[in-house]
Order: sequence, then structure tokens, then C-alpha cells
Amino acid sequence: MGGRDATMVLLDENGIRCDGRKVDEPRKIMIKAGGLKNADGSSYIEFGDNKILVGVFGPRDVHPKHMSNTDTGILRVRYHMEPFSVGERKRPAPSRREIEISKVIKEALEPAVMLEKFPRTAVDVFIEVLQADGGTRCAALTAASVALADAGIPMRDMVAAIASGKVADTIILDVNNEEDQAGQADMPVGYMPSLKKITLLQLDGVLTPEEYKKCVDVGVKGCELVYELQKQALHDKYFGNRKD
Amino acid sequence: MTSVSVIDQLKRTKILELLEQGKRVDGRALDESREISIEINAIPKANGSARVYLGDTEVLCGVKIQPDKPFPDVGDKGMFMCTAELLPLSHPTVETGPPQAPVIELARVVDRGIRESHMVDVSQLVIEKDKSVVGVFADVVVIDYDGNLFDACSYAATAALLTSKTPTWEMVDDQPSVVEGEDKPLPVSTIPVSVTMGKIGNYIVVDPNGDEWASMDSRITITTDSDGNIVALQKGGSDGFTQEEINQCGELSVKIGTKIREQLKLAQQESQ
Repeated sequence: MGGRDATMVLLDENGIRCDGRKVDEPRKIMIKAGGLKNADGSSYIEFGDNKILVGVFGPRDVHPKHMSNTDTGILRVRYHMEPFSVGERKRPAPSRREIEISKVIKEALEPAVMLEKFPRTAVDVFIEVLQADGGTRCAALTAASVALADAGIPMRDMVAAIASGKVADTIILDVNNEEDQAGQADMPVGYMPSLKKITLLQLDGVLTPEEYKKCVDVGVKGCELVYELQKQALHDKYFGNRKD
Repeated sequence: MTSVSVIDQLKRTKILELLEQGKRVDGRALDESREISIEINAIPKANGSARVYLGDTEVLCGVKIQPDKPFPDVGDKGMFMCTAELLPLSHPTVETGPPQAPVIELARVVDRGIRESHMVDVSQLVIEKDKSVVGVFADVVVIDYDGNLFDACSYAATAALLTSKTPTWEMVDDQPSVVEGEDKPLPVSTIPVSVTMGKIGNYIVVDPNGDEWASMDSRITITTDSDGNIVALQKGGSDGFTQEEINQCGELSVKIGTKIREQLKLAQQESQ
């Protein structure tokens, strides 16, 4: 993958990563349910240095009308990055990358949302990446699940997401920006922990078949951690700031 | 291609019925891909080209190799890019105009599989560091549709790259200039093979054809390299996979990839 900064140590001899984390330690994650006044449901997530806002509208009338389906509701997802969210200014128009990520997130959420209960309607999920630092699609998917739940849309489960990957020949949890750029592999995983189904999975980088299985496993276990934080965020909003 | 009609729903019922008896609509085994036919050098004006039939899906890839300005932060590497496009004549539902999300995903997944395998050795494609490098562009067009464009486009691009000849350039008056009679094969380090599997009900089928593609709940595309490593993956579609299914698909992609790689090697030998 060609590390750009050859001087950076991704994993030191004590098994500590470039940002001080252990191999199986996620970044600091803060999820807040609600927050937007006009949206039917919303959430805000800080996932390390990623800052992402999600608003959900619907079920509501479909415009344009020809997109509506008489058998089921439809889910529409827009993943969008602000021009100021990355190092060099990003052009505001949706890039091919953003279009692909929108589609991948939509397909990761569809198995969770009971769209068949709302024929002829649309549920719109708007994801705005205010600041990006590696792993935005996972953070966005995690936040979008919380926002859908906050909107009161019937769901089979929430989708939790986190990336696993490989740096310095070691499988790690939660790939940050530096590790994504200079590491050996990045595997975003989206998972419904109660239904035990993987709904988002991508990979770039080289893995042996054994590493591949381990990577999926580390990702799934990481999603289970994220899932607890999603539930806690909803709990904090609806049942006060206390644990069960 | 992405719309599902009443006929598709009837077909899905039939396809599922057959799968319950261990059969597929076209008589294949569940882990069997369709016949692949590769015609190399279909477009002699390109530096490399391949027409690939995957069953009744037909795609064409042309490779153009030309000098280009390097990206500012990687002046010591050449460029590689792969695109994919659906021609309006390939299917009645394809419209002209800017590409929609499914086509963008197709192009990016095909590009990613080849790029992440490091097939094209871009470090050998430098004319003068930071000034001029060689750009390799593999453009794939879909001519006829019968499902699984991911693999068809990937095989066409890979076959075209394997059989490409690159000119040699030298810097003359600060401009790259072709050295005549110095064409040589494009430097490649591995042969990536993408294998797409569809999930219909609880069944995993390799290389879904058009009917299966319209019936499936979700899909997964896994690319492996010559060493049997997994180098890229994309899950798509509106359902999930269990962890066991993901592991099973990983093993299938290595097994099937090995067979298909032999066929790509034959195409490479044919060109030499």
C-alpha cells in the first residue's frame, strides 16, 4: 500500500499503536441520540476524531413519485462530506466515493429496517461528515442506526459497525486514518449483533485466508462493543442518564 | 437491470424451489461458474484488449498506455486506473447520461480488486521521477447483460492487462518521446481473480446469471491473488451474511479463483 510517511511506527515492540492504543482497543466513541429539532430522528457520533451528524426523515411521501414502491417503503441514504472535513478542501459535489458509500450504507441498513410496514413511502437518511479521520463509513452507519431508532422506525435490530485491519502483520481493531493510509489492510464490518448477520463488509489490502477469518472475527467482536454504546445512547435520551 | 418485475418474482420462486433440490436454473452446480471465453487483442489499436464472455454476459476491455503527469505526492510511481461502463445497447433498462450508483459501484469494485492486488507494478512505470510517468488505463464496456458484471469486467480488464504491450519513452527536450521498436509486456506481478457469489434464500451460488442476479437477496465479491491471498471484498444487496457464510465464501473464492487464473494464464501465454 506504500506508506507515505516511512518514519511513522504503526506498531511498536510493546504492541502499542501510533495513537497509543492496544491492538484490540477502539478509539474513544461518543454517541448521542437526538439533537436535531426538525428531523424525525437524529444522532451525533464522535468516533476518535470523526464527527458525524445524521438526520432521518420519514416515513414520508416519495418525491419523485415514480421512485415509490406499492409493496414496500424505500430507504434512501445520502453520505456527504463537508468541504472542510478533510485535510485538503473537498469539492462539495458528491464524489464517486461518496455515491458508493451511500449505496453500501443503504444496503447495510435495509436488512434492519422494517420497510414493508410502510408501502409507498420513503425513509431518508442524511449523513453529514463534519470532520473525517478514517473509518467514517463505519461511524456513519453506527450513527444512522441510532438515528433511525430515534425516529421510531420499526427495526429488527440495529447495525453496529467498526473496521478491523492489518498493520505490521498484526490484525487490529478500529483502523484510524494513518493506519488506513500506511497499513496493510482495512476491512469495514457492519453487523447486527442480535440477529448475528453481517450487513456491511468491504476489504482492501492483502490477507491470507487465515488472517481473513480472524479479521472478520475481530470486526464482529468490535461491533458488539459498539452496539452497547448505541443502546446506551438511546437509553440516555429516553430513560435518563443512568445504566440498567 | 436493477428493477424487479412480476416475472422476476415468479422466477425467484422457481429458482428457490430448484435450489432446495440442489439444482440451478441453468443446470450448474452451486459452486460452478459459467463458461468463460477470452478473446485477446480484439482491438488492435489499443495497447492491450480482451473480449470476455461469461456465459451470455459479454464485455470488452481496451487498455491505453500513455505518458502522464504524476500525482504530486507519488512522483516515483506510474498510474493505473480501471473504469467500467454499461452501454445502452447492453440491456433495455440502461439509460444514457451520467452513471448511476450501481455502475459507479461496479467500476470502483473492479478497479479496487486489480489495484489492491498490486497487479500492475507502477514502480516500473516512471519515465522521469516527478516529471513524467506512464499511465495505464483499462476501460471496460458492457456489451450484453446476463448477470455478474463484476467478474466479467474484472476478467476482461485482467486479461487485457496481462496481454498489453507498453511502448518505451525517453525524455527529449523535457517531453516524453516514444522509442520505436522497444515495445515490451506491461510489468505485472500477480493475477487477481474476482469471484462473485449471490445469496438466494439460504443458498450461496457462484457466478449468478441474469435471472439469479434479479432474484438474489445479497451478494459478495471477493478478489484473490496468485498466492491465494484475499485482496479485496465487497458485500452488496439488501440482506446480510452470517460469519460462517462469510468464511465459506472466502474459501470458495480461493478455490474457484485458482481455476479461473489458469485460464487467464493461457490467454497471457497466447499473446507471447
